[in-house]
Amino acid sequence: MKYKNYILICAGTACESSKADEIYRNLMKELDAHKLLNETQVLKTGCFGFCEKGPIVKVLPDESFYVHVKPEDAKELVEEHIIKGRRVNRLLYNKPCEETNVAKKLDSIGFYQKQVRVVLRNCGFIDPEVIDEYIARDGYAALEKVLFEMSADDIINELKTSGLRGRGGAGFPTWRKGMFTKDAQNEEKFVVCNADEGDPGAYMDRSILEGDPHSVLEAMTIAGKTIGANRGYIYIRAEYPLAIHRLEVAIKQAKEFGLLGENILNSGFNFDIEIRLGAGAFVCGEETALLASLEGRRGMPVPRPPFPAVKGLWGKPTLINNVESYANIPAILTKGGNWFAQFGTESSKGTKVFALTGKITNSGLIEVPMGITLREIIYEIGGGIPNGKKFKAVQTGGPSGGMITADYLDTPIDFDNLIKLGSMMGSGGMIVMDEDDCVVDVSKFYLEFTVDESCGKCSPCRIGGRQLMNYLEKITNGEGTDEDIRKMRLIGHAMQMASLCALGQTAPNPIISTLAYFEDEYMAHIHDRKCPAGKCQKLIRYFINEKCIGCTLCAKKCPVDGCIKGEKKQVHVINQEACIKCGECERVCKFKAVVKI
Amino acid sequence: MTESMPVLAELTPELDAFIVEWKDKPGNLVMVLHKVQEIYRYIPRDVAAAVSKKLGVPLAKIYGVMTFYHYFKLEKPGKHIISVCMGTACYLKGGDKLLDELKKLLNVEANATTEDGQFTLQAVRCVGCCGLAPLITVGTNVYGTLPESRLPEILEKYSK
Repeated sequence: MKYKNYILICAGTACESSKADEIYRNLMKELDAHKLLNETQVLKTGCFGFCEKGPIVKVLPDESFYVHVKPEDAKELVEEHIIKGRRVNRLLYNKPCEETNVAKKLDSIGFYQKQVRVVLRNCGFIDPEVIDEYIARDGYAALEKVLFEMSADDIINELKTSGLRGRGGAGFPTWRKGMFTKDAQNEEKFVVCNADEGDPGAYMDRSILEGDPHSVLEAMTIAGKTIGANRGYIYIRAEYPLAIHRLEVAIKQAKEFGLLGENILNSGFNFDIEIRLGAGAFVCGEETALLASLEGRRGMPVPRPPFPAVKGLWGKPTLINNVESYANIPAILTKGGNWFAQFGTESSKGTKVFALTGKITNSGLIEVPMGITLREIIYEIGGGIPNGKKFKAVQTGGPSGGMITADYLDTPIDFDNLIKLGSMMGSGGMIVMDEDDCVVDVSKFYLEFTVDESCGKCSPCRIGGRQLMNYLEKITNGEGTDEDIRKMRLIGHAMQMASLCALGQTAPNPIISTLAYFEDEYMAHIHDRKCPAGKCQKLIRYFINEKCIGCTLCAKKCPVDGCIKGEKKQVHVINQEACIKCGECERVCKFKAVVKI
Repeated sequence: MTESMPVLAELTPELDAFIVEWKDKPGNLVMVLHKVQEIYRYIPRDVAAAVSKKLGVPLAKIYGVMTFYHYFKLEKPGKHIISVCMGTACYLKGGDKLLDELKKLLNVEANATTEDGQFTLQAVRCVGCCGLAPLITVGTNVYGTLPESRLPEILEKYSK
């Protein structure tokens, strides 16, 4: 090792926003003051995944993992850890064992123990803005192999052996897409990377691009060589400025190194990549809509076939893959398809990155082998549900997906099993819900999203979505009927069958899946006019019980004049007519005398 | 037809150079509109008209594209843009409550600007910091794991 110590600071969006940059500057200042810059290197890396605990600072070689670090902690970290070799226990996540004083290895921590890092192999290890670091970890070795040792068929065969399926959601075999585009006859073809990550609650692609941009550039260049294209486009959300910046830096460096542009590595092969920005339209994640947007038009989908592999960007054969699919490819070609296929299940090979969020103790970005169970993810990696609450369901697939309940926690996760359960893999959002979350309310949340994002081109999606939302609004307002449920099923089915693209076809999924597992909850809203989770405001009532000692605090805090009445030291009463159900009285009561029913 | 021909704005040298660079690249319109918004913080009508002329694209097509995408703003935003994340994780952890509280504090509806032009309040799609839910952003600063009670203090900081 060139340096005695390495200090790695997570510089993903989440940690950056909590002052990772200032921590970096302070550490540099402290090291400089102690003349230690020649033996300690400070690196800004991609996401460590453990976003809940950010900002994170890791010190190598002893793998000390510091969490919730503040800029003012820099001095102590340098003076204690770097100079005196004493870990700063108060910030340490992997607190050392008392007898041996040896810190636990990171891969023995619950959060990391079950993870396998293929896609995120470099995230949190290298500085994404320095190409040498990517190269030092076998970066661009796959490209070299492809340019000089492999034919297009070899590449496709290797991908076939690996069993890689598209990580954008649909799970179409990556090798077949590649083969179709390769076989399409045209003098001009294109490679496109779909980085329009629009699922609410998912940020896998952003973290890959921020933490390891070269892996995507390398894979796209390989794709270009395979199908015979000389130009690639990365279509990325404008809302991801840090990822865009790192891509720009990476493209510039790759060109300087002769790994992108004209005559790559003197092989005679030319390939150039351009970044194009999305502009906040969820439907542009659909490939034909994405291509329309790339062409500078309104991002509206067209019927397939013809598939983009035959007729894509500007009518030319186009290979479109998602960020995570691409990021797998260099690892597969370097280590072999068989190596990759050792992970996962029969039908779904490899690993999958999930954004584990919601009501979960360890929220963050995880990469796990396919076939792992939800129970392992939620309880071992995620650390369970916080605040002693009960697990209710986990939502996968975002607005196109569905819920999975406690009964199915032991199902191995792969593309096909999730579909059997009425959900889908989607791009990798995994949102955990507890007993306080109302499934009708969450379905309404997703429907609002898809209605707002529907491009309006086809009527099943445009009108059907609106209708579904109206019914959900009725139900959450306590005005629903059994007939509404029947109609929702009918309309949902029509949308699935008749919508033009996946947005409309999958928009009813949140409703259909919750109706399958939580019909009783819908019935409680309709028949009893009650929201069992206590979430739907119009259906809740606040009452004050005999625990009230008459402290008058609730009456003082209530925003409605004269709503809560009562003499001092007497039990108070809420006027149900006047109550606006803001819940302030429940929050301020120190005696738990206010109950929500 | 009550509306007269739009007035053409004079383009800034930066925008002018950008359009020259992109004029012949296919599919340039979205990228040019991004540049316009980067410079002006929204897309003023007279600038759109000037871009239309310079690119040789009908103004109607430009408006068709602008209004399709959420990202493009047609109205001038306030000095500070407050975005409340409405991704699923933030929603479950009370993002809607943050939005309601901000509406009250600023006395403004969502996706609108305060009368004094200081703040624009908007509900936005997932910003991808789900580990910090619920959160708001003010300009480029992110405020995560945010209780409603901290909002007045944050607004205070930007009101000066």
